[in-house]
This record gives sequence, C-alpha cells and structure tokens, in this order.
Amino acid sequence: MGKHVLVIEDEPNIIEAISFILSRDGWAVDTHSNGHDAVDVVRAKTPDLVILDVMLPGKSGYDILSELREDAGTRNLPVLMLTARGQTKDRELAERIGASRFMTKPFSNAEVLEALRELVPQ
Amino acid sequence: MGALNILVAVCLTYVALLFVVAFMAERAALRGRATWLRSPLVYTLSLSIYCTAWTFYGAVGNAARSGLEFLTIYIGPTLVMLGWWWGLRKLVRVGRTQRITSVADLISSRYGKSPVLAVFVTLIAVIGTTPYIALQLQSVTLSFASFARFDPQAVQLADSDATALWVAAGLALFTVLFGTRNLDANERHHGVVMAIALEAVVKLFALVAVGIFVVWGLGGGVSETLARIDASDIGTWQVDNGRWTALILLSAAAFLTLPRMFQVLVVENENENHLRTASWAFPTYLMIMSLFVVPIAVVGLDVMPEGSNPDQFVLTVPLSQGQQSLAMLSFLGGFSSATSMVIVAAIALSTMVSNHIVMPIWLKIAKGGAVISGDVRSVVLLSRRLSIAGVLALGYLYYRFSGGGAALTAIGLISFAGVAQFLPALMGAIFWRGSNHLGAMAGLLTGFVIWAYSLLLPSFGAGVFLSADTLQHGLWGLSWLKPQALFGIEGIDPVVHTVLWSMSLNTGSFVLFSILSFPRPMERLQGAQFVNVFQHSGNPQGWSGGIAQAEDLMVMAQRILGPDEAQALFQRAAVDQGLVGYLPEPTPEFLQSLERELSGSVGAATAHAMVSQIMGRATVSVEDLLAVADETAQMMEYSSQLEAKSAELTRTARQLRAANEKLTQISLQKDAFLSQISHELRTPMTSIRSFSEILRDADELDQALLEKYSDIIHQEAIRLTRLLDDLLDLSVLENGQVNLNIREGSLQDLINHALASTGAESSGLRIRRIGISDDIVMETDLDRLAQVFINLIANAQKYCDAEEPELTIRVIERDNCLIVDFVDNGSGIPAQAQDMVFEKFSRVSDQKAAGGAGLGLAICREIMLRLGGAIAYLPGQGGAAFRVSLPAKLKLAAQ
Repeated sequence: MGKHVLVIEDEPNIIEAISFILSRDGWAVDTHSNGHDAVDVVRAKTPDLVILDVMLPGKSGYDILSELREDAGTRNLPVLMLTARGQTKDRELAERIGASRFMTKPFSNAEVLEALRELVPQ
Repeated sequence: MGALNILVAVCLTYVALLFVVAFMAERAALRGRATWLRSPLVYTLSLSIYCTAWTFYGAVGNAARSGLEFLTIYIGPTLVMLGWWWGLRKLVRVGRTQRITSVADLISSRYGKSPVLAVFVTLIAVIGTTPYIALQLQSVTLSFASFARFDPQAVQLADSDATALWVAAGLALFTVLFGTRNLDANERHHGVVMAIALEAVVKLFALVAVGIFVVWGLGGGVSETLARIDASDIGTWQVDNGRWTALILLSAAAFLTLPRMFQVLVVENENENHLRTASWAFPTYLMIMSLFVVPIAVVGLDVMPEGSNPDQFVLTVPLSQGQQSLAMLSFLGGFSSATSMVIVAAIALSTMVSNHIVMPIWLKIAKGGAVISGDVRSVVLLSRRLSIAGVLALGYLYYRFSGGGAALTAIGLISFAGVAQFLPALMGAIFWRGSNHLGAMAGLLTGFVIWAYSLLLPSFGAGVFLSADTLQHGLWGLSWLKPQALFGIEGIDPVVHTVLWSMSLNTGSFVLFSILSFPRPMERLQGAQFVNVFQHSGNPQGWSGGIAQAEDLMVMAQRILGPDEAQALFQRAAVDQGLVGYLPEPTPEFLQSLERELSGSVGAATAHAMVSQIMGRATVSVEDLLAVADETAQMMEYSSQLEAKSAELTRTARQLRAANEKLTQISLQKDAFLSQISHELRTPMTSIRSFSEILRDADELDQALLEKYSDIIHQEAIRLTRLLDDLLDLSVLENGQVNLNIREGSLQDLINHALASTGAESSGLRIRRIGISDDIVMETDLDRLAQVFINLIANAQKYCDAEEPELTIRVIERDNCLIVDFVDNGSGIPAQAQDMVFEKFSRVSDQKAAGGAGLGLAICREIMLRLGGAIAYLPGQGGAAFRVSLPAKLKLAAQ
C-alpha cells in the first residue's frame, strides 16, 4: 500500500482527474470537497500528504492551512496547494502561511506527481 | 490842445499808472514782501468793483428817474456784508479748502465735479455778464461823447461805436497783460487787485469831489441842498415795495454770484479775517458812494437843460460849470469804475471759459498727439487770452446790438437777474447736503430759460431775437407765454416779473429735483466737505519738527512694511544722507522712495495720502480718499478673485479625488473581475488539461473510462465556450452596444418556447402556469426576453432543492406594467445574499453542478435594463422568486 494522500477540492471533475492519476501512481487517495470540516478530516485521516484547493466552500484553503500549521500534529504535514488564482500575491501568501508547494491550475499531471514524490519520499 | 485830447492823454497816463502799480505789486508779491498787499483794506477796496460805471454814473441817473430806488443796489450788498458775514466766511473757507477758481468751479465741484454743470454755469455767466460789460463800454463811450460836446475844438466824435471798440480793445489788452501774466494755482492776481484798489480810491474821491462841488459850489450849502431835495420830485417819490424787495434781493444775490464779485470776494481772498474788516468797511464805502447821489441828481436836474441824460450828470454838471479839472477827475472816476469791472470780470470769465470749456476740449483733441507737459502752460495762457478777447468782443457786440441807448440801470439789472440764477445752487452747495447735481442742473436751466426769455431777449428790442408779435401776444400766440407777462400775470415791472418767476421756479426745481434724485458718492463726499467745511478744515497747524515727522514716518512704515524692512530702509536713507542712526531727514527724495516702498504694500494713492498726512503737506482730499477706496476695492476684488480661484481649485481637487477614487475602485473591480474570470477559466481548463494528459499518456485505459473522460473534456469545453459567450454578451449589454430586435409576439408563446428550450418539464421540474392567457401580446425584443426566461427556468432547474421541484410562472397584468413571476418551491436564497444575486460571478449555492459561471442573472439584469423593464428578487414567496416587469407600452392591447 502506498502513501496516503488526502485531496481537498470542490470541483468534481478535478477530484476525478487527481484521484485517477494519483491512484495510478500508487497513492492511496482520499477526497473531501468542502472547507467546513476539512481540518477535522485531516486530523481524522492522518494522511501523509494533503492536496489543498484555495477556493473551497465553507472555509478557504489558507485558513485550513493556518489551522494545520498551528496544530503540532499537522505542523510538518506536507501540503500541496492548488489554486485557480495564479497571482504572485497568492503564491507569497501561501508560502508565508507554510504551504510546502504551491501550484497553479491548470497543472500538468507529471508535475503534480513529481512534486508529491519530492514531498513524500516513497 | 482841446480838452478831449487832454482827456485822452490823461486816460493814457492813468492807465500807465495802473500798470506801474500793478507791476510793482506783482513784484512785491513775488519777493514775499507783500504784507501790505494783504491788508484787509486792500481786500475791502477790491470789493468796490461792485461799484461800476453803473453806480458811478447810473445811480445819479436812476435817482433822477426813479428817486431813492438807486439805494436798493447798495442795500443788498450791505445786508449781505453786515448780516451774513458768517455765510460769506463759509463761502470763502470752502473756496480756499477746495481750491476753487470760479463760481462755475465751485458749483461743478460741489455737485460731483460735473463738467456739464461747469460748462453750463460758465455759459450763463458769460451771457449774464455780457450786458454788464456792454454797460461799461457804453458809459465810457457816453462820457467821451459828453466831453466832446463841451469841447468846440474837438473833432466831433463821429462814431460812438468806434470809441466803444477802442475802449474794448484797450481794456482787453490791459486785462491780457495783467490778468494772464502768471498762472497761479490759486488764481490770485496781486497786481490786478492792487490796481483795482487804487481805482476804488480814485472813483470814491472823484464822486465825493463832484458831490462837494455840487452841494457847496452850486447848491449853496447843506441846508440849501436839502431844501432843494425836499422841493424836487425825488422827495415825494413813492416807494414801489415789490420792486424794492426784488431789487434788494437781486443785488444781494448778484453780490455773491457775479463772476467778478466771486473772484475778489472768494478767489482773491488772502485771509478769512479780512471779511471782518470788510463787513463794516465795505458798507461804509457804499454809503459814501451813495451820499452825494441825490444832491447831484437834484441839482443836475435844476441846472442842466431839459432832456439832458441824467446818467451823465456826474460829468456834465461840472463841465457845464466850466470845471474842466473836476470834470476830468469825474471822468477818471467813471473810467476807473468801468475798467476795474471789465478787467476783473474778464479775468473771472476767461478763467471759467478756459478751465471748463477750452482746456477740456483741447485736452481731448491733443490726447492723440504727443503732449509735452510744458505745452499745457502756454496753451492755458493762450486760451485765457483768447477768452478775454472773446468776452470783451461779446460785450462790444451786445453794445452794438442793443443800440447803446438803454438806461445804464436797466442793463445792469438784466445782468444781475442773470447771474442771480446761481444763487439757489450756490446756497444749496454750502448749506444743504441733500442738494445734488440733478437739482442744480434743473434749477439753473429753469432760471436761465425764464431769464433769457423774459428779460434778456426782449432787451434787444422787438425784431432782433423776439418778434414784435411774440412780445405782444406770446410765443406761438400763446398768451401765457408772453415774455413779459408769463403765465398770464400782467402789469408788473419786467425786472420784478423776471425775478419773481425765474427765482421761484429755479429754487423750486432745484429743491424738487434734489429731493427726487439721489446724489452720487462723489457728490455726497463733496457735499459733506462743503456743508461741514468748518469741521473738515481746521486751521492748519504749525509744522512739527523734522525729527518728530521722521519718527512718525518710521512708526507708520514699521506697521506696513514690518520692523526689519522699515528700519533697514530708514537706516539706508540716513546713511545716504550722511547721518548716523535710523532717522533720515524727510527730504523729498526720501519721501518719494518711502512712498514707492509703501505703495508696494498698500497702493500708490494710499501711500501718498499717508505720507502727506504725516508730513502735514495737505489735508487728504476727496480724490485721495476715493483713490484709496478705489485701490481697496481693487484689492478686495483681486482677493475675492483669488478666493474664487482657490475655491475652484478646491472643488477641482475634490472632483479629481472623487474621480481618482472611482478609478481606483473601477481598477479594483477590474482586478477582481479579471481574477474571477481567471478562476472561472482555469477551473474547466484544469479538468481539460488533466484528462487530456491522462488520455494521451494511458494506452491501456478501458473503454468506459475513456468515454467518461472524453465526455468530461467535452463538457468542460462547452462550459468554457458558454462562459466566453456570457462574458461577451454581458460586455455588449453593459456597453449599450446591443441592437434590439423589436418584434411583436404573444407572451404565452414566449414562455412555452423558453420552457421547451430548457427541457424543464422533461427533466422533472413541474411547471404551474397562472394567468397566462393567449391574448397578451407584447412588442419588444422577444429573443432577449426569452433569454431572461430561459435563464430563470434553468436556475430553478439547477438550484431548486425541493423533493418535488416545482416552478410557478405567474403573469399579472397591471395598468402600467406586465409582471411575470418565477417562483420555485426550494429553500430560496438567504436574505443576506439576495442583494448579491445579480452581481457578476455571484454564486449563492455551494453546488457547482450547474457549471454556471455566475453571470446569468447579471446578464438578465442588463437585458431588462435595455428593454426598459426590470428584474428583481421577490422575497417572502417560500422558494426562490424572481419578478420580471415590463412597462405597459410594451404590452399591446388585446385584439
């Protein structure tokens, strides 16, 4: 069984795509599609890595990441942020808060996989 | 050598003597040794030009014809001098403080410096004085003729006109020589005044000498003469009260208003205190002048043959008695009377004519050419001289035209009545602040017209200016316009008649128009200066020391320039003058530079006024004050312009700030919009890219997944296209570039079409129709309206979260509009989001199933705006409810 990744994303098609490519690459994929209870889901599922969308219903990806970084249990959890907003200030904000990686949509599948491998050595 | 030749020789000698006296007096005045010139006695004697040849010769004639009436001419001035010297003092004070040069100057100056008034007064004065000058010419000519008659050797004076002409020319020459020698700012003529003082003595002496000869040489002593008088008609002459009153009034008025009297009384006055002496000395002079009038008349009537001209008794009585020397003296007395009057009158009139008529015209004409300041002086002198010649020429012409036959008194009274017209304006000038320009003009005009029509023109005799018919029956046959019986009042003495009408109507119009009109600011200021002359002009105080003045200047300069600058300026000046310290001598150069410095801060006029005030150079005149006011007004104007400009700048700045804020906001909106679009575009793109990569890289993908992923790519591509379409659509609608395709159509058809194109009913959404009848016809862009309907139906399809979704389409017809409601049975839109639903990219629902970009309702709102209708969220309907309303004009009446 490969490493465990949790994908927090609200666009069903994107969830579908990410799930497919990660599964094929040997990841154990969990998905979650709203922001409200995302932090709880992370704590509950204790994934090795989280892919986090910024624009989530209920709570933004930034807020979720902040909470994760405040919690000792998730402080060092690798988080790959994905956003459809590609501006520099979004990237800066994400890195300040503590995103491990930041990628802009649309992304290349290979890039995502590569980033994940770097973040979580197999 | 005949007596006449001797007479001519004596005359020339006498004139030469006058020249010498005048010349010496002028020299003495120039050297400043003229203290004796400034004695009150000289002033009093100069007033005696009131006694002209008319008085000298005519009084006796008048006494012989009308008894004691001649006294009225003396009583008027006597009353003025004795009873009204305080008024005269005021007149003199006004004249001095305002630097008045003539009666015309005073009146125009008082009534707002009106040039029109000055010209008018000058004309009246010239016309009024002309008969008077003619009278002098006539009397001198007559006296020559009288001499000639008693001189058998003399060539008969062939032509009395020639004599008059020579006399006029001679007088003109003398006046030019002495009246226009210098241009004094004050128009004072020491030489001339001295000469006429001498003449006053000569004429008094001559008349007294003749009187003594008549009383003691012919009459046989005082008691004998008195008895003769009692026996004569004169003793029993009745006094005509009306005529006496009129003549006293007239002579009193003329004493003040005759140009020559104004000249000696006011203009030539050196010192107000001289009036004190003159107030008793001049009446005394008049009394002595009148003392022997009756005896000479009575004795003359006795001793002279029947038909002798009583106007010449003073001369002919001694002549008939063989008293050549006495006659010569008498002649000189008459000659003195005539010449002194003509000289002063010519000077006074020429000053007026030159200052108020010739110079203004010349200045106006010369304005175009180069004017050198030196020119003006010679032009003024030339215009004075020509005016003098002109005045005498007029006198001569009047003499010629009037025939030279009238009694001296009659001519004199015409003049008196003419110049008396100035009286109301003059009195108003110094006593009534409410009097004004219009009043003065109206009064003068009225008085002048009546005087000219009723007295002056008729004096030429019938047929010269007024036809015999007019004189008899009135102008244009109107009896109330009869020159000598105006307004139907017949049978009064012509002079009394004229005085009555002219003076009363003159005063009446003066008062009436003064009350009815408002004085201009200049007039008000001048009025205050004239009427309150004693408050405004204290006696000039002595000069304070130079240091005190310099200190005062320093104090003032510090206030205006600030201490540092002022001290620096003063010290610099002091060093330049070789002085130690801060206080320079107030030299003209320093004062000038100080004025310049100050004027930079307070304006030139104000600076000048301030420095003058401190230096005691001059009182601040009305012009100065007006200039100051003007400057202040300009500064205020300038500052208010600045204020306006500053307010404008503030306004512009505010507008710019607002515009800037708006732009910033628009820019932020644009950023947000771009960010939104970017997000909306990137999301489907992400799916497309990701799945297309999966498809590309995975060879062994099973058929189901392959189809599924291809389908996703297809859907997302459609979503992208729709997004782009919506964006373009919105852009077109927002910019107002949309072309509406207005057609007629049924509402029912439209709704059916919308339902069909969404496939709502087949997708499980139940549709309830309320009030949709087929007779509702509209005229609008049917496609656009359908777009709105489709959008609303599709929203219900996508977002209605009820178990059994149902959409109610309800049509309500109102008078002024047509309403179509779309209400579903879902949970609706939360209150706080209801305002937002029509904004771009606002998606209320968390669900993205619908795949919309959140532009639909924004597009609907824009469409309804273009169609002239509206779309709004309708709260309180249970589910989501939208109301589309269209104005009634789009709804056509049912057929």
